[in-house]
Amino acid sequence: MKKFSVKSIVAIGIGAALFFVLGRFVAIPSPVPNTNISVQYGLLAFLAVVYGPVVGGLVGLIGHALIDFSYGWGIWWSWVIASAVFGVLAGFATKALKLEEGEIGKTGLIKFNLIQVVSHLICWGVVAPVLDILIYNEPLDKLFAQGLVAGVSNAVTTAIVGSLLCVAYAATKVKAGSLTKE
Amino acid sequence: MENDIVISFEDFGFQYTAQAEPTLHNINLTIRRGEKVLIAGPSGCGKSTLAHCINGLIPNSYPGKATGKLTIGGKDALKLDLFGLSKMVGTVLQDSDGQFIGLTVAEDIAFALENDCIPTQELHEEVKRIAKLVDVEAVLHHAPHEISGGQKQRVGLGGVMVNEVDILLFDEPLANLDPATGKAAIALIDDIQKRTGCAVIIIEHRLEDVLYRPVDRVVVMGDGRILYDGDPDTMLCTDLLQRSGIREPLYVTALKYAGVTITREMRPSYLPELVLSEEQKLQVRSWFSAQPQPENTVSQEVLLEAKDLDFTYEGGHHALRGISASIHRGEMLSIVGTNGAGKSTFSKVVCGFEKAQKGSLTMGGIDLNTLSIKERADHIGYVMQNPNQMISKTQIFDEVALGLRNRGVSEEEIRPRVEETLKICGLYPFRNWPVSALSYGQKKRVTIASILVLRPEIILLDEPTAGQDLKHYTEIMDFLSQLNRQGVTVVLITHDMHLMLEYTPRAIVFNAGKVIADKSAAEVLNSPEIVEAAHLKETSLYHLSMACGIESAEEFTRRFIARDREVRK
Amino acid sequence: MINLFNYIDRLSPIHRLTGASKLVCLVAWSIAAMTSFYTPLLVALTIASFALFRLARLRVKDISFMLGMMVVYILMNNLLIFLFSPGHGAQIYGTQTVLFKIAGPYTVTAEQLFYHLNVILKNACTVPIVLLFVCTTNPSEFAASLNRIGVSYRISYAVALALRYIPDIQREYHDIALAQQARGTEMSSKASLVHRLKAASAILIPLILSSMERIETISNAMELRGFGKKDKRSWYSARKFSAMDFLAMGVCILLVLVSLGLTMANGSRYYNPFI
Repeated sequence: MKKFSVKSIVAIGIGAALFFVLGRFVAIPSPVPNTNISVQYGLLAFLAVVYGPVVGGLVGLIGHALIDFSYGWGIWWSWVIASAVFGVLAGFATKALKLEEGEIGKTGLIKFNLIQVVSHLICWGVVAPVLDILIYNEPLDKLFAQGLVAGVSNAVTTAIVGSLLCVAYAATKVKAGSLTKE
Repeated sequence: MENDIVISFEDFGFQYTAQAEPTLHNINLTIRRGEKVLIAGPSGCGKSTLAHCINGLIPNSYPGKATGKLTIGGKDALKLDLFGLSKMVGTVLQDSDGQFIGLTVAEDIAFALENDCIPTQELHEEVKRIAKLVDVEAVLHHAPHEISGGQKQRVGLGGVMVNEVDILLFDEPLANLDPATGKAAIALIDDIQKRTGCAVIIIEHRLEDVLYRPVDRVVVMGDGRILYDGDPDTMLCTDLLQRSGIREPLYVTALKYAGVTITREMRPSYLPELVLSEEQKLQVRSWFSAQPQPENTVSQEVLLEAKDLDFTYEGGHHALRGISASIHRGEMLSIVGTNGAGKSTFSKVVCGFEKAQKGSLTMGGIDLNTLSIKERADHIGYVMQNPNQMISKTQIFDEVALGLRNRGVSEEEIRPRVEETLKICGLYPFRNWPVSALSYGQKKRVTIASILVLRPEIILLDEPTAGQDLKHYTEIMDFLSQLNRQGVTVVLITHDMHLMLEYTPRAIVFNAGKVIADKSAAEVLNSPEIVEAAHLKETSLYHLSMACGIESAEEFTRRFIARDREVRK
Repeated sequence: MINLFNYIDRLSPIHRLTGASKLVCLVAWSIAAMTSFYTPLLVALTIASFALFRLARLRVKDISFMLGMMVVYILMNNLLIFLFSPGHGAQIYGTQTVLFKIAGPYTVTAEQLFYHLNVILKNACTVPIVLLFVCTTNPSEFAASLNRIGVSYRISYAVALALRYIPDIQREYHDIALAQQARGTEMSSKASLVHRLKAASAILIPLILSSMERIETISNAMELRGFGKKDKRSWYSARKFSAMDFLAMGVCILLVLVSLGLTMANGSRYYNPFI
């Protein structure tokens, strides 16, 4: 079995706690059930970029499952798994971006957003509805409508919140001493 | 006696991979079994790096290049892994919330043993034993947010003691504690050491507070080198501490001002055993009478008035019980008290973050309760303790401009206002820097600037100097008094006795949701009942003035502070 | 601090079961309910789940919030299914028994209602079990339980860390949000969506960047206390399995087999009363 570094474990734990707090207390409900305009996906994309696909996937899985646990509407496994898949997919942006080196720039932001939009489409347009069909055999058009609303709103939140986070994080990596007073 | 040595540095040096210069140079230091050593020095002197070398975070978590030799428990420390070292060295970190990993007290104490795969039944017995040792038995099944800061620290200590370590390392153990709890922590450390016989290393810049119980040795560091390594009494005879930016115990400074020559024989490091001859006492007394009486210039114009404020949290915690207090225009004021005494709740109610169920709050005739949080912020600015929790922009200019932009002020008006504020705060030369390039103290200024730009009449700061060494403390506080002289009313919520004495003529003391005193800081600290109720600590000046037969300890304190501020300028 | 996971400490046979066996039961029960559309089984599971609820000595008022969420959720979901696909039931069951017409394509058929009944039952028989798990399992036992059922202890500990730091992060979020509000950051519904998201970022950036520092501190603290060195670890909160634990797990695993068996014997996932 693959051994995680202690730092990855902590990143999963704290990441899931953040995901939970944002999902549970900052959610802006939309008219379609089980689809919130949820800022937590911006966080998830950002964490996945910083720590990679494994951490990203587990943050999505644990964070989303904890939210479902705390609401008591049952655990909606199809959507929990979709969150996890999103964390994994967004984690593949790690290599495309060099956040740790303090750079992101325009091309980085474009790459980040391309990857996150595609990931959201896959998760909410394919993974979640397909699982829902398998489990509940709900009507196809209903599921894809839900998936579309969730995918688009999550992509929009990720584009704004996730990009701002990446820029802010990259900025903290600037070394002191490279600047002069004016 | 060779095998008594538990830690030995020989011509040791260390350079972090990411840095151009070594952080430690030429360290020669031995620590023996059962010794209690205080390592002091200003921020950036290398004391944390030294601690990381002892507990193994260097080189295991922070890579770099080491030179010379370091042996711990007779083994080459640089070749040991963290797990092996954790059996010899127990580290209690400064951040007690980061240290507390378990969901409950019992689980946190058991953590190291769980990692060692000790069977559950034994875990329960061992946890019980340790909990008794550090006196947290009563809260074994409590979550971290249900216990006090002092208890958290005890749990932290228990959690490393389960390993039967030979060396206990405390990284700034006093940073987050109120004065009385800090005193208790030092006593506990002393007690544990006597019972277990392990070596204790305390890293702390609050020297006087550590010396509440005797230490065997003091190591003073500066610029990555050891400047002094010897007994504390000899050190206090020199002017080494002033030169290295560490605050001397106040009573020692007072004796020096009075012209008393400090000698080793006087036992200056341990106040209860301090020996003063009649002649020396006379010197102190005559210095006291010769000092001019500092003037009291307190404005009497009431700016903000709270009457009978009563506030209960949703969960039922009755945090404010009929608070009446006033803040005068142009003054600098401290609000003190233990955690949970109601001082933070009071500031939240004043800023409008919480709404009092009863009572009134007026400012220059305006009823504050009719204003929203945002509208109130135009009159009262609130600065959080940790600047990292306030800063949300990457550029300094944008951060300071945020409040104005949110208020729809035009860009033409924003630029001059932000620049003017940056000038007041000494940040103008950095205006185009990213915030991340600033030091902690500079970030603090940015957050103050981002509040000042809204031109509030009062600014309220939560623990503005927590965890800062003397240099940064002086920097932040001098900046605040300068603002105060320019007419801003400054309210400080603090545990720090020095701060209260030095900078704020008046102090309001909270206890259990009530105001128990509203008088001069010197009066507060020289009154044993208030000190005890509010978990404060009498200043050592009180004891010194008693020992010298000066009746008004309070006046003595005031004169000392006035003199000290002049000298330090 | 609110008790998020709503653990209610009482004495009951359900409380006495170890977290690990309850977790196995939860997973098995969910699988049984998810795979089956065999109505008699779903009815039986629903009745059993409410009976277990009584057995745990939980009162309705303990969980009124969660129950409310559940009812709203189930109603919305069913409404949505009907709006999108009023003929879904007829499609599944192959017949069409019109009961009455509303308007346009919205015709209520017995098949559609029966399909809705099945969806509701599938929810209704798992929701009480999730609530039961949440209300009767001490959060401290959760990580130990995950590890017990085969999840690596490292990942189990990540879950424990999440539970440990949720209250801290929640408090920090609240404090940061208030300080930002004082500076005029608004998240109220008056503002546009993009504006609100930007405002949210003003709170999230300090929160998340300071959490990144927290990750560093905590991982140091854990390494300094020997986490992650060995292949196994023990747990302070672990409990030994009793006969009841084995019984409970046995019954729940049997349920999965029954559910799968019925599908196979029936030749379809659906119990069809219309043929």
